[in-house]
Amino acid sequence: MTTGERPGFLARRRRPTAPASEPVRASQSATAFGAEVDSMAPQLDAHVPAGDPLTAWARRCAEYRLVSPANRRKFTVIVVGTGLAGGGAAAALGELGFQVDSFTFHDAPRRAHSVAAQGGINAARARKVDGDSIVRFVTDTIKGGDFRGREADVVRLATESARVIDHLQAIGAPFAREYGGQLATRSFGGVQVSRTYYTRGQTGQQLEVATAQALLRQVQRGTVRLHTRSEMLDLVVADGRAQGIVTRNLVTGEVEFHAGHAVVLATGGYGSVYFHSTLAMNSNATATWRAHRRGALFASPSFVQFHPTALPVSSHWQSKTTLMSESLRNDGRIWVPKQGGDPRPANQIPEDERDYYLERRYPAYGNLTPRDVASRAARDEIESGRGVGPLRNSVYLDFRDAIARLGKAVIAERYGNLFDMYHDATGEDPYVEPMRIAPGAHFTMGGLWSDFDMMTSVPGLFVAGEAGNGYHGANRLGANSLLSACVDGWFTLPHSVPNWLARLGSGPLLAPDAPEPQASITAVNERVGWFLASAGSVRPVAFHRRLGALLYAGCGVSRSAATLGDTLDQIRELRAEFWREVKVDGRAGQINQELEKAGRVADFLELAELMVVDALDRTESCGAHFRAEFVLPDGEARRDDAHWANVSAWETTPDGAHRRHSEPLTFQLVPLQVRDYR
Amino acid sequence: MRIELEVWRQDGPQDRGRFEQYVVVDATPEMSLLELLDRLNDQLVEQGIEPVQFESDCREGVCGACGVTVDDRPHGPVPKTPSCRQHLRAFGDVSRLRIEPLRSAAFPVIRDLVVDRTALDRVIWAGGFVDVETGTAPDADDVLITHDDAEQALDFAACIGCGACVAACPNGAAHLFAGAKLAHLALLPHGRLERGRRARALGQVLDDEFGPCSSYGECVEVCPAGIPLAAVAAMHRERLRGLFRGKAD
Ligand SMILES: Cc1cc2nc3c(=O)[nH]c(=O)nc-3n(C[C@H](O)[C@H](O)[C@H](O)COP(=O)(O)OP(=O)(O)OC[C@H]3O[C@@H](n4cnc5c(N)ncnc54)[C@H](O)[C@@H]3O)c2cc1C
Ligand code: SF4
Ligand code: FES
Repeated sequence: MTTGERPGFLARRRRPTAPASEPVRASQSATAFGAEVDSMAPQLDAHVPAGDPLTAWARRCAEYRLVSPANRRKFTVIVVGTGLAGGGAAAALGELGFQVDSFTFHDAPRRAHSVAAQGGINAARARKVDGDSIVRFVTDTIKGGDFRGREADVVRLATESARVIDHLQAIGAPFAREYGGQLATRSFGGVQVSRTYYTRGQTGQQLEVATAQALLRQVQRGTVRLHTRSEMLDLVVADGRAQGIVTRNLVTGEVEFHAGHAVVLATGGYGSVYFHSTLAMNSNATATWRAHRRGALFASPSFVQFHPTALPVSSHWQSKTTLMSESLRNDGRIWVPKQGGDPRPANQIPEDERDYYLERRYPAYGNLTPRDVASRAARDEIESGRGVGPLRNSVYLDFRDAIARLGKAVIAERYGNLFDMYHDATGEDPYVEPMRIAPGAHFTMGGLWSDFDMMTSVPGLFVAGEAGNGYHGANRLGANSLLSACVDGWFTLPHSVPNWLARLGSGPLLAPDAPEPQASITAVNERVGWFLASAGSVRPVAFHRRLGALLYAGCGVSRSAATLGDTLDQIRELRAEFWREVKVDGRAGQINQELEKAGRVADFLELAELMVVDALDRTESCGAHFRAEFVLPDGEARRDDAHWANVSAWETTPDGAHRRHSEPLTFQLVPLQVRDYR
Repeated sequence: MRIELEVWRQDGPQDRGRFEQYVVVDATPEMSLLELLDRLNDQLVEQGIEPVQFESDCREGVCGACGVTVDDRPHGPVPKTPSCRQHLRAFGDVSRLRIEPLRSAAFPVIRDLVVDRTALDRVIWAGGFVDVETGTAPDADDVLITHDDAEQALDFAACIGCGACVAACPNGAAHLFAGAKLAHLALLPHGRLERGRRARALGQVLDDEFGPCSSYGECVEVCPAGIPLAAVAAMHRERLRGLFRGKAD
């Protein structure tokens, strides 16, 4: 595919209106909203080894071809991202002796957003007598994901999990220890065993710092070349395979081509498309979206996890939402006043005028229902006018009873730092008045589609960590994603990438003056030039904020054909307005955060459309994807295994139309069953 | 709330830079320092002025990307708190703030409030890691670590790599940062095996790229991760130990 075939950025300027599209109505079929569901399209093959899923990974590893140590340095592997997934992959491939080019838009590898994870990392080490096992882990994860994840991959996740803890502790993560010297564990939502390893509330930070150290060790050894403040803006596909990337140096503005025999994208999730999310300010989808526009299928874009205990948005200038750990739900009780719009302060509302709605609706799990269920219930309350706080967009998380029962000291010991953080962020004291929480966009189960070897639909292009769609199905279990990023980076790609390289052979790298890299460089430069010449008056961030609001309202915790249809129209209008009205100050040859933001928002505006198309297309409720029309008589989610036991992987054609491919899912270890937390 | 701002503007590494005066009339006590800058930037763009460039990412105090100097204090007036968690309500009655980059010879200004802190990464790549090949680690449950050692290692490992300690130091020393890394790894069984080698290597980078330590202790006052002064002592001690011992461990 050459740039000429794509809607050029200049073309957009000439035709600033939204691509012609029919207004979407609930009853219309997928084709009407610019998406085509091609029943003739071949079903995707995930290349899972046939037979027992429990041994699939071991059998695959035994089949993989190897590159001999002496030949490894003849291969160049590009790894984008230095989070747990990218940092691990780059370090491990470097240790093996491959030449690795590692990229991050951050100023240092350690800043990747993995650093912000708090709670912990799961591992099926199953040392205790609490009944944990590989199969138990697989069952929890598949069930938690509402049967929309690939079973054999989850087995690999479970199998490699033990080594992840061994390795990360050896390279410097000081996991919490019992007084006997053994590793300590805690429990997380959606499971009944204790398999979560942690370092206080800083698990992500410790794993990330250890990983970044290991990466820098390879920089010192000369096997990894580190490119910081370098943002990947395009994937170069030539001869039908990924052969490199185009980056922009964020300090000098230089646009460069980097060639590789394989490319790994470990660029994190896209939850920040919602603007207010628990992700970092700079998290974005550009790398995966650009790869998608070059042919990599994008799976399940609408599968987004909303964390129930995020801080609510309290004012128009608030820059993001902060996650409050899930653990608070162990002792905090969630409620709203029975009377919508009750003007009294929380403490003056008597017991019988409070609705502890989770305890009422889900007596078995109560305040500890899984994230998607808790988020949806909160949204129901807020929608029906019982929300609290100045903007009536939150619910109470109350520690009054726990403090009365256990004493303030115990609560302070358990949650002191979280209470401080809350106090710090809101100015309110949770020991005295209840916290206010609201569902916030948090984790994206969707991402670039990959097969069992983590290769995308573009040969030679691999994906790892949250950027991919693996393992978590339609809903991720807490503490499983640090694990998946680590397993991908440290223990999967170091097997599967060499296999690809061995088959490919160490031919010459694509020359920078070949037509494909040249076309990509031209496209990137044109886009930069276009932005800087743009005559509008609105900052890119303003469009991001509006896009987020549209998505929360129309493609959020719960969706329906009606909300999605409207949202699709509005996104297209917003996109047209963006290209008409955006203003980007500054120059190209220097740090220019407005310019960085503009490109990221432009890509978000395209991705958002695909998210809505996917949500509209999938006519069932599963996991975090809750369609208001597809419910059981009691209002709970109705999954449709007869039609939707599959992964939707989308193609976007050069002219912007979307086409669904589908990977059928079968389950051998965990029989299909309905999730029930009542 | 009306806040007058004096903000450092510098077009690039070669530019001399200067303070510019701005006013934000609609600040609120709940805003963080960085949200105040966001607000300022909205306003500047409306007025046709280029927005102030400053760094941040997580905005919850863990990534270490943020860091500006407010009225001569790295990160801001609230002690031991990163810029992203400095809220105006905690500033008392101020109506005027002077904001400039983290200042240190080791951190050249790239533009406005953005500085280059890669010198910190060079400390790490000189030896602030553990030499273990992927997949070769023994069972972590067989490697016994006392509860207290793990907790203490974590106290030192909490460093977010923001560089405020260097900016706060009149000499521009990085002893708190480097000492925290040495102390963290020396407490762990694998890290201990290269303790001497690592201390020598990190000490060398400190000599080459940063100032000497005179034990002023300013670093501790600004450190958002609460790294204790014991880290500075560890830097001195580990280095001496490494030099006298002369061995890898
Ligand atoms: C607040 C919070 C708390 C969490 N807590 C937990 C938890 O307790 N347990 C758990 O298991 N999971 C948790 N998660 C989820 C988990 O942290 C993430 O899924 C995981 O860390 C993602 O790792 P990653 O390596 O895929 O991506 P990231 O760590 O996000 O790294 C992405 C990397 O890609 C780079 N990058 C991106 N785009 C480009 C580009 N275009 N060019 C160059 N570089 C690029 C970035 O610079 C960065 O280095 C949490 C998430 C959040 C937001
Ligand atoms: S020691 Fe403290 S001040 Fe210095 S870099 Fe680490 S966190 Fe920042
Ligand atoms: S922005 Fe991450 S520490 Fe301040």
